[in-house]
Amino acid sequence: MSVSTRSFQLVAWIAVLILGFVALACNGGGSGSVSLQGAGASFPNPLYQKWLSEYGHHQPNVKIDYQSIGSGGGIKQLKEQTVDFGASDAPMKDEDLKSAPGEILHIPTVLGAVVITYNLQGVTQPLRFSPEVITDIFLGKIKKWNDPKIAADNPGVTLPGGDITVVHRSDSSGTSAVFTDYLSKVSPEWKEKVGAGTSPSWPIGLGGKGNEGVTGQVKNTPNTIGYVELAYAVQNKLPVAQVKNSSGSYITPSIDTVVAAASASAANTPDDLRVSITNAAGPQAYPISSYTYILVYKNQKDAVKGKVLVDFLWWGIHDGEGFAKALQYAPLPDDIVKRAEGKINSITANGAALRK
Amino acid sequence: MTANYGNADRMRRATSALMTTLTALCTVLAVCALLIILSHIAWQGIGSLNFQFLIDRPRPVGEGGGIGNAILGSLVLLLISSAFGLPLGICVGVYLAEIGRGRLGGAVRFIVDTLTGIPSIVTGVFIYAILVIPMKHFSALAGGVALALIMIPIVARTTEEMLKLVPHSMREGALALGAPQWRTILGVVIPAAAPGIATGAMLAIARVSGETAPLLFTAFGSRFFPRSLNEPIASLTVQIYNYAISPYDEWHAQAWAATLVLMTLVLGINIIVRFLTRKKF
Amino acid sequence: MLSPTGNTGDAVFRILMLIAALLMVAIVVAMVIALATDSMLSIRQFGFRFLTSQRWDPIKGEFGALPFIYGTVASSLIALLISVPFSLGIAVFLVEQAPRYIARPVGFLVELLAAIPSVVYGLWGIFVLAPFLRQYVEPALAKWFGWLPFFRGSITGIGLLTGGIILAIMVTPIISAVVRDVLAAVPGSQREAALALGATKWEMIRVVLVNGAPGIAGAVILGLGRALGETMAVTMVIGNRPEISLSLFEPSYTIASAIANEFTEATGDLYVSALVELGLILFLVTFIVNGIARLLVWNVTRGTGGVGKAA
Repeated sequence: MSVSTRSFQLVAWIAVLILGFVALACNGGGSGSVSLQGAGASFPNPLYQKWLSEYGHHQPNVKIDYQSIGSGGGIKQLKEQTVDFGASDAPMKDEDLKSAPGEILHIPTVLGAVVITYNLQGVTQPLRFSPEVITDIFLGKIKKWNDPKIAADNPGVTLPGGDITVVHRSDSSGTSAVFTDYLSKVSPEWKEKVGAGTSPSWPIGLGGKGNEGVTGQVKNTPNTIGYVELAYAVQNKLPVAQVKNSSGSYITPSIDTVVAAASASAANTPDDLRVSITNAAGPQAYPISSYTYILVYKNQKDAVKGKVLVDFLWWGIHDGEGFAKALQYAPLPDDIVKRAEGKINSITANGAALRK
Repeated sequence: MTANYGNADRMRRATSALMTTLTALCTVLAVCALLIILSHIAWQGIGSLNFQFLIDRPRPVGEGGGIGNAILGSLVLLLISSAFGLPLGICVGVYLAEIGRGRLGGAVRFIVDTLTGIPSIVTGVFIYAILVIPMKHFSALAGGVALALIMIPIVARTTEEMLKLVPHSMREGALALGAPQWRTILGVVIPAAAPGIATGAMLAIARVSGETAPLLFTAFGSRFFPRSLNEPIASLTVQIYNYAISPYDEWHAQAWAATLVLMTLVLGINIIVRFLTRKKF
Repeated sequence: MLSPTGNTGDAVFRILMLIAALLMVAIVVAMVIALATDSMLSIRQFGFRFLTSQRWDPIKGEFGALPFIYGTVASSLIALLISVPFSLGIAVFLVEQAPRYIARPVGFLVELLAAIPSVVYGLWGIFVLAPFLRQYVEPALAKWFGWLPFFRGSITGIGLLTGGIILAIMVTPIISAVVRDVLAAVPGSQREAALALGATKWEMIRVVLVNGAPGIAGAVILGLGRALGETMAVTMVIGNRPEISLSLFEPSYTIASAIANEFTEATGDLYVSALVELGLILFLVTFIVNGIARLLVWNVTRGTGGVGKAA
């Protein structure tokens, strides 16, 4: 077979394949199912994947997709209207809400905890930290593991003498936002020097990409300290520190202590449900907890899609909560569920409420 | 004649032998690096490779799942990018080799060469701005276009080189028989350079099948099998990235296994390239 | 220009090809314009200060590009310092010294390094390279060369050195492939002349290298262009800290990593604009670098049949 014949055969095969895919493209989308696209926070991603899979069994002709690109990404794509719903750990700021093309509602879905994790050889029991110590470590003021301030929180524990290596997030992250929000509340110095946000300018430390990057660095490097979502610490069997809350007790992050934080703050939660529950008041509250939200437009452009969306959200805050504990997420307290119901009921399309 | 093996001569010979050894060492080290990385990937990923993994779509953690939609997605993206990138790249290559002369040709060549060096993330952001935002959704189409932009300069350059290698006698023969230039190029020169052009095409395909960053902003990602070009689509590289940065060991293992699949795909393309280039005229 | 032959088929064909070529030019120009427009806000706000300021604080709205420029240039330089001798060695071995039956498959293997996706390089870097450097290489460097400012500071395995090494591995196949083409393009007469004058193998190779020097320089600059733009692999191992430090053990931050880390999440017009300006700076740097590279490489390989394998 000559060279040119073979080449033309190749070209012909490729052309056939392309035509096949063009046919696929023209047929797609008309099969009677509704599809929704969501994007946002990576923290609740495992739970949302579970929700979508379960909901898919419940309603087979609904295809909902969720991509975890980060809280800020979710907000951004929602504002650009390239996705149908967004997801974020930290609630949107006022300026963001104002600059959006429509009114955006915050629907809380589950709760999570940001935990302090560390790699310290020879220390087997969980370390305890008070807020001032955490702040000073991340500010770079406490440099060594056997600093008296750390020892004061941990009587009876022999701390090694090495330097502390701080690991933080290099990418913009809702986890960072929650953690720096907590630090800003407990330390005026932190609030002034660094502030709270998804991309703080960390005074010291290494940047890891994603929760996984921080986990990887802490796990593989001795004498490190970092902050990650609870699920990451549990899955990777990393030690988790006990943090002193505003009532003075050292609290281990767990589902119960996180729910305690939410319940204690329920009374103070404003009407739009945008609330920070870090440093919550309750005696058993874990101080670095947060809601995670799904963000939707109050006025949906597409009534069909909007109906699917509100039905899914309703299922999520009721049936979906049942899957939370198994994946280390804390379900919403009941009074918050009631208020979220109200928000979902207020979503409209073309002036008519979608949930009748 | 007996040569004079003085000290200077011995030094020179010794240096030569040393350098031979050193260059061989460099090569051995490079091959070792490749083998170390490849064996690490294989060791980590081989456990998760099974048939179900290849045809299933992603499932929540703890329920298994697979990369079937990602494999299909990558293939679809490759097809779209080839559909745009190959014809355009070949045409630009033809222009540079056969038609473009002087300043305009030189300028076009320079610009095409620059496009090769642009970081893929910048290309991704560019397509995001001009395709995704006006269309108000992510799409396989946008992803394919972004990849095509990365392919075009590679294809154009190799096409130009291969066309230049075709002996002038072939062109002159066709022209002497009365064929106009366009028939000469289409009917004689391009078929003669076809294996080389195919090499360039395959190399470009191998390059873009390993790209992640541009797809994050354009094709986005999906849990479902591809249905339409107008929707987001999964791809092997994005899926690997997502699994790798998750907290679950199960997903990590899937990431390595997916890497094995991706590397097999790219290796396969490389082998096809080498096979095609054997039959050089 | 339309058709020197006067044939309409030719005229149509030539115009079609010209349109293809101009489309390329238009796309690149469009890219530059898009980048420039979106970074206008940041340019107006910071002006020249952007290039000299070291502060990157999205919360406070203060942006400066210097740490990223330093990180990008430093990591690429380290990559070249490591990769160029190796690549030259590989190319010389494969072209001048290895017998054919070794050269072809080994050359193929080296090029296979270019086929590994950068995400995989990053993962391998975190789990294999960084711990290896932390446990064996960096302590040794600190012990023997700690008096130099380059090898001080805490040893974590994550930092500028790790980023540079990963880049070196990624760039080697490109440089060695192009240098192989360049060396193959040197006329055999040069080699024969050197040998006829009594040169040893190595001395003959030196002649060939000198002969191909512009092309080799071009190959190096090509590799540099690739290193400047590499994103995924670097961001996983370089520590992502926008700070300038002479020590190779300290973390650093490249422009491409910054964009990859922060672009999807950047909210706020100034933040996005600053990131786009970073992209514009990177674009311009790669533009210049590639321009020099291509000019040099073309000088040597023009019309000699070197197949462009470099990506």
